[in-house]
Formats: sequence, C-alpha cells, structure tokens
Amino acid sequence: MTALAVASSGLTKRFRGGQVAVDHIDLAVPRGSVYGFLGPNGSGKTTTIRVLLGLAFPTSGRAELLGEPMPSGAIRVLPRVGSLIEGPAFYPFLTGRDNLVRCDAADRTADPRTAAARIGEALDRVGLLAAAGKRYRHYSLGMKQRLAIAAGLLTPRELIVLDEPTNGLDPQGTREVRGLIRQIAADGITVFVSSHLLAEVEQVCSDVGVMRTGRLVFQGPLEELRATGAARVRVETAEPAAAVAVLERLGLTDPQVAGNEVSAQLAGDQPERICAELVGAGVGVRGLGMVTPSLEDLFVGLTGEGFDIDG
Amino acid sequence: MVEVSTAEAPPARAGDAGGAAAAGRGRDAPVQAWLRFFRSELRLVFGRRRNQALLVVVGLFPLIIGIGLRLGDQGGNSGGPSVAFITQLAGNGVFLSFIGLTLLLILVMPLAVAVVAGDSMAGEAGYGTLRSLLAVPAGRVRLLSVKYATIVIFALVVTFLVAAVALATGAALFPVGPVTLLSGTTVPLADAMLRLVFVSLYVAAAMATLGMIGLALSTLTEHAIGAIAALAIVVVTSEVVDNVPQFAAIHPYLPTHWWNSFDSLLRVPIDTGTLLRGLLSFAVYLLIFGSFTWARFTTADVTS
Repeated sequence: MTALAVASSGLTKRFRGGQVAVDHIDLAVPRGSVYGFLGPNGSGKTTTIRVLLGLAFPTSGRAELLGEPMPSGAIRVLPRVGSLIEGPAFYPFLTGRDNLVRCDAADRTADPRTAAARIGEALDRVGLLAAAGKRYRHYSLGMKQRLAIAAGLLTPRELIVLDEPTNGLDPQGTREVRGLIRQIAADGITVFVSSHLLAEVEQVCSDVGVMRTGRLVFQGPLEELRATGAARVRVETAEPAAAVAVLERLGLTDPQVAGNEVSAQLAGDQPERICAELVGAGVGVRGLGMVTPSLEDLFVGLTGEGFDIDG
Repeated sequence: MVEVSTAEAPPARAGDAGGAAAAGRGRDAPVQAWLRFFRSELRLVFGRRRNQALLVVVGLFPLIIGIGLRLGDQGGNSGGPSVAFITQLAGNGVFLSFIGLTLLLILVMPLAVAVVAGDSMAGEAGYGTLRSLLAVPAGRVRLLSVKYATIVIFALVVTFLVAAVALATGAALFPVGPVTLLSGTTVPLADAMLRLVFVSLYVAAAMATLGMIGLALSTLTEHAIGAIAALAIVVVTSEVVDNVPQFAAIHPYLPTHWWNSFDSLLRVPIDTGTLLRGLLSFAVYLLIFGSFTWARFTTADVTS
C-alpha cells in the first residue's frame, strides 16, 4: 500500500480546442492528510479532479488513486472514494433521502440490506435527517452541499474528494462544512478539498497544492508555504534616502520607499542590529518593525492578482 | 472497462459492510447489484409524474379513437377516416387494438418513447447526476445497460397499454366474437388474442429499436429536449420519405418502414418473410446505434 492517497506524474489535459487546462502536474497527497487544492477559478482544479476520478481522460501523464491507476482502475478504487465534483448534483424531483437511495443503488459494492441504516447515518452526520423527506428542489444551497457530502459518506471511504464544497455558502455554511471536514479527517480519511479561497480551508488543511493556469506552482505542508514568506523590516524615518543606504550596506535586498516608510527584505539580520546601525549612521528612527506576509499574500503572490488571465 | 467482483476487493475493504455483503452474496453479486440499479432506474422513470402523465395521455388516445369511431359508425359511416382494419371494426371490437396501434404508431407512441429515451442520458448530464453516478462508480457500460433496459421496459409498457386500452374499449363499444383475419380466414377469439400479443411484441420491438436511436442521441447532449426533438424529427422525416414513391429504393432501409408490418401476423398463413425482414431491420439499427453509443460513451469526457 503506497503512502500516497493521490499521485500523478506529468498529468496533462488538453481540450479539443487546444487549450491546456492541466499542464504536467505532479500531485502527491499523503494518506491521512487534509490537502487543500487551491487556485483561482479557471486554474484547472476541477479538470484535474475530473481526470483523477475517471470522468475525463488525460491527454498524457499518469494518475493514481489509493495506489490504483486511473482511469483503468476506476471500478476497483472508486468505491473507496467519496466525491463531490463541481457542486452538488441531484434529481430535483426526488427527496434528499431518495436521492441517496439512488446513489447507493448505483454502487455495486453497497449492501442493500444495510442501505436504510447507512443512508440515515449519513444524513444524520450532515444534519439533514429532519429535511430528508423534502424534495431536493426545495433545499437551500447549504443543504444541497451537505447532501452531496452525505452521498460521499454512504459507505466506508479511504479518500474524500470535495470540489469547492464551500462555493456560494454563507459564513455559517462555510463553518459547517469546515467542521464536517475536520470530523471526516478525524476518522483517518484523507480529504482532498479544492477551493479558490485559501482563507476558507487554511484552518483545516495540513497540506496544500496551489494551481495557476494549469500548473502546480506549490505543493507541500502548509507550514512550508508559510516559511517561504520572507519577513521584511519596516523603518519609519524622516530621512528615507539615508535609511535605504544603510539597509543596502547591511546587504538587505529589495528596498522600497513609500513616503516616510522604508522597507526591505530581511536576510537573517536581527532587526535590533539594523536599528543600532541606523542610529549609529545618524538616521533618525521613529519606528521599526518586522512584517511577515500573511498566507493570503503568499497565495496571491503564487496565483497572481485578480483578472490575471494569461491562459 | 474491467468488471471486477467485489469478492476480490483489497483487504482494506474486507471488514466493511459492502465487502462482507458481496462475499455473502457470492457469485450472483454483480447480477443482484445490476438488478438493484435497474429497479432504481425503473422507479426513477415510472415514478416521475411527467412520465406517468405521458402514459395516461397515451392511454386515453385509444379510448377517444374508439368512441369517435363508434359515433361515426352510428352516423351511417359516411365520412370516417381511411385507416386499415376500419371496415372490420364494425363487425368486431378486437380490431380497435390494431387500429389503435396503427394510428398511434404514426407519432404518439414514438414521441412517448422519445421522451424517455432522449432524457435517459441527457437528463442525467443536465442535472449533473451523470458525473455523480460515474464517480460512485456506476460503471459506464453498466449505466448504459441499465438505461437501455429501462427504455425497453417503457416501450413494452407503452405498446401493451395502447393494445389493452384499445381492446377494452373495442370490446365495450363493438361486438366481439371469432375474428375474420385479413386473409379472409376466421379464427377463434383466443387465437386472435394470441396474435394480438405477438403484434404487440413486434411493435414493442420497433419502439425499443427507436429507443436505442434515442439513447445514442441522448449521449450527445446535456439538453434532454434536444435529444427528444431530434428523435421526433428522425421519425417524421423517415415517415415522410417513406411516403414519397420516388424514394422507393431506400424505403426498406428507413427506420420506420417496417413498423406497420405487424399486419403480417393477421394472415393465415402468417407472412413470416415480411415479419423477419422487419425484425432484421430492427436488429441492424440496434447494432449500429448500440455500437455507436457504446463507443462514444466509453471514451468521451464527461464535462457536464
């Protein structure tokens, strides 16, 4: 049994029009992790998930789920994988419970004798037991998302793939989904969750992969992403030009001036020493501090600012 | 796509409910699981109000036709429609079932089949449930087989519904007795009933073949209405061409050409040559569109 729940090498998906939606990505999702698959809309997340789950066929490269090659191993491995792909999808004219009965009936590995109990349990887990008899058409968006997660929990799973499970939800709904992800992960199930908003998943993720225009631009533990953000020193002074000269003499890079504020990339130097050097050089220091970029800043740095459509 | 019995599932699953159940059910497990999926599909199609309404409407047609013909009969039979079997009806109500099938085969029955067949895959794609089903995984070939089996059942239900309502209406409004066939031979009522069953089976085969064309169209779109309309156009176009003598050379190859050949069963001896040519035409259409559907759906990206 491999240590990876999801693995791919050189996975590429080119659409018929020639557009490359997924460009040589090498995923490595450790078992037992909560993997945040991040990137702006249109960066290739959903297409990757479709290829991983065997809905679309890769143009080149390989993909594996729980050690089984995809899409050829779909029938063997998918019963152990729960998934929500590109938003919840159910029959509007059936009730929530009947929709789950339908999902369960399609699964050749599910035991019909335990179906009612398992469906009740899954509904209970997402808090939909009371609304189980309502037609799906009358569900709120949050209820629809939760029903989709319930469908992923009908049988025991080793991996849950959730594509944008918080899309369109209000803050309460988003919190509920995060709570569900925590519970699922606590049972030892690997969770692969995509989102275009880092903030929505960073609290639950152990690992992240960041997509930008079809490429995987970062992958690793969340702490590693945090560590890539170099701290900067920020000096408030009436003599910015003189301050920049001192900072450059100390070997600090990327100095920037904004009014009475000077900042530069910190390179191991203790801010205390910088302060002493500035004062020693006769630069009046009104204030001095360290700035560590937030995860959000790092994320935007990786994925580009908004409307950055270059693919 | 490789079919793998769940009894051979990896050890990780051995302890869970699904694996244990599959092991307990043994070799029949894939068959039982298929039947469970099939029953679910039947519930989905026949439990849907739209389809129930459709069946009610289709079932009302023979009743209305029967009443209309009875009223026309009383009024001296001056300006009735020119339909096969119409002259026999006055003498025997059984013929209303053949009249009903002939008239409804023009559009009403094909349209009912088109609604269910055109909706089969396109409807799932439209709701997005197609991606959920494939991720379950339902299996692509398995899903197609369940969908088509349900279309066949629907074709049978539509056909036997029309035959049964027409027969009941005919029996209520016209005299019933030994039946004089098209060849002039008179056979006992029981013999005629048996022939009606075979006529219905033949018509159901025609409708099931049309259903396969509908299933093929249904895999091409995520708009059910598009597939339904396309199939209706196929039927009407084929019927129009079939009525233009200049196209006589291609008539035998049209999908609707052999539908009315069920009258071969109403002769002594039965015109098996015509009947077999009709069935051969259905088989060829099934093979062509079945292969097309399989080839396309097992290799296409599901993007809905």
